[in-house]
Amino acid sequence: MNFAILLEPQNLALFGTGIATTLGLLFASLAVGAVLALVFALLLTGPWATMRWLVGAYTYVIRGTPCLIQVYLIYYGLGQLEWIQARWDSVWPWTHFKQPFFCALLAFSLNTAAYTAEMLAGAIRETGAGEIEAAQAYGMGRFQVMLRIVLPSAMRRTLPAYSNEVVMMLHATSLASAVPSMVDVTGAASRIYAEYYLPFEAYLGAAAIYLVASFCLIGFFKISEKRLLAYLAPRAH
Amino acid sequence: MNAYVAAILQGAVLTVGVSVAALVVSVVLGLLGAGAKLSGRPVWVGLGTAYTTIIRGIPDLVLMLLIFYGGTIGINNTLEWMGSEATVDINPFVAGVLTLGFIYGAYMTETFRGAMLSIPKGQAEAAWAFGMGRTQTFIRITAPQMVRYALPGFTNNWLVLIKATALVSLIGLQEMTYAGKQAGAATRSPLVFLLFTASLFLVYTTVSLFVLRKLNARFSLGTKRIAL
Repeated sequence: MNFAILLEPQNLALFGTGIATTLGLLFASLAVGAVLALVFALLLTGPWATMRWLVGAYTYVIRGTPCLIQVYLIYYGLGQLEWIQARWDSVWPWTHFKQPFFCALLAFSLNTAAYTAEMLAGAIRETGAGEIEAAQAYGMGRFQVMLRIVLPSAMRRTLPAYSNEVVMMLHATSLASAVPSMVDVTGAASRIYAEYYLPFEAYLGAAAIYLVASFCLIGFFKISEKRLLAYLAPRAH
Repeated sequence: MNAYVAAILQGAVLTVGVSVAALVVSVVLGLLGAGAKLSGRPVWVGLGTAYTTIIRGIPDLVLMLLIFYGGTIGINNTLEWMGSEATVDINPFVAGVLTLGFIYGAYMTETFRGAMLSIPKGQAEAAWAFGMGRTQTFIRITAPQMVRYALPGFTNNWLVLIKATALVSLIGLQEMTYAGKQAGAATRSPLVFLLFTASLFLVYTTVSLFVLRKLNARFSLGTKRIAL
C-alpha cells in the first residue's frame, strides 16, 4: 500500500479537478432536473390526459433503463446524428453537443427529473383534501391553491425521498467517467491508476471522497428536514 | 446487421445471468446482514452498520473498479509473495456478480431488517411457546411473513440491480450494454443499437415488475386493506 502517492501535488490537483467536475455536474443537473421535475409533476397531476400519459411514459422509460445507456445515447447516439453534426459547428444549441460536460449534464438532468417528478407528483396527490377545500373556501383559484397551498407543503413532504435521490445522483455522476475526456472524481482515480498501476490506492481515495460527500449531503438534508418538516414531527410534551 | 442483433441478444442472456446470480448473493448477504444488525451483540451490530453505511455511501462503479482492478492485483501480489509464478485474471462475470451482490446485499440488509422488525413479537413468542426452536420459528413463522413485508423494498432493489448490471460492461463483460455500444461503433449508427439495448432493459424491468406484483398479491392474501 502506497497511499503517499495520493498526496503528491499533481495527484491532489487531479482529485481537486475531479471534485470540482463532480460537484459541478451534481448541482447543475439537480438544478435543471428540479425545474423540469416541477413542470413534469404539475403535468402528471394536471387536467390534461394526453400530457399525463406522455409524461408518465417518459418517466417510465427513464426509470426503466440504466443511466449509463442514457449517457451513451446522448453522447454517442445524438452526437453522431448527421442532422446534429451538420449544426454543431455553428447553430446554437447544437454547438453544446460537442462538449462531454454538456452531454453528461443533459443525461443526468433528464434522469433525475423523471425520478423527482414522480416523487413530487406523489406528494401533490397526497395533499390533504381539507387543505384544498379550505383554500377554495377562501376564494382561491386553481393556480393560487397550487402556488400557495399545495406546492409549499408537497415540496417539503418530498424532502426525505429527495435526499435519497440527491445521494443517488452524486453516485450517478461517477458514470461521467465512462465518457472519455471527462475527469470527475472517478475519472481522476482511473488516471492515477493508469499512471502508477495502483488501483487500491486510487479507487479507495475516490471512495473516501464520495463517502465524505454523501455524509455531508445526508447531514444537510437532516438539518433541513428538522426545520422544514418541524410541523409534522410528533408534538413534544 | 443481424450478427450485431444476435450479439446483443447473447449479451442479454449474460445480463440476465449476472443479475440473477448477483441477486442470490445479495439475498444471502442481506439475510446475514439483517441477522447481524438485529442480533443485539455490539460487535455484530457494529459490523452490520459499518457494512450498510459504507457501501451505500460509495458509487457502484467505484466499488466495482476497486474490486476488479484492486482484486486482480491483490491476488497476484499474494501469489508472488507466496513464491508462485502463476498470474490470475479475475473473470469479469465473477467480479461483476460478487461486486453487485456485495453492494445490493447492503440494500437488502436494510430491507430485510425493516421487514423483520415489522413482524409482531408475539408471533415468535407464540412459536416458542409451542416448543419450536430458533430455526423452526424462522422457517415456519418469521420467514413467510417477512417475505410479505420485504417484497416492496425487494422489488425496488431488484429493479435498481438490473440497471446496475450495465456497469459491468465497464470492466469488460460483454453483456448487452457492451454489445450494444460495440455494434453502434462498428456500424456507425449507435443510436439504433443503443435504443435497442435500452428497450431490452425496459422489457426486463417491465416483466420483473409484473411478476413481482403477482407475487406480492399472492403473499398479501388474507391481509386487510383499508381505504381511507
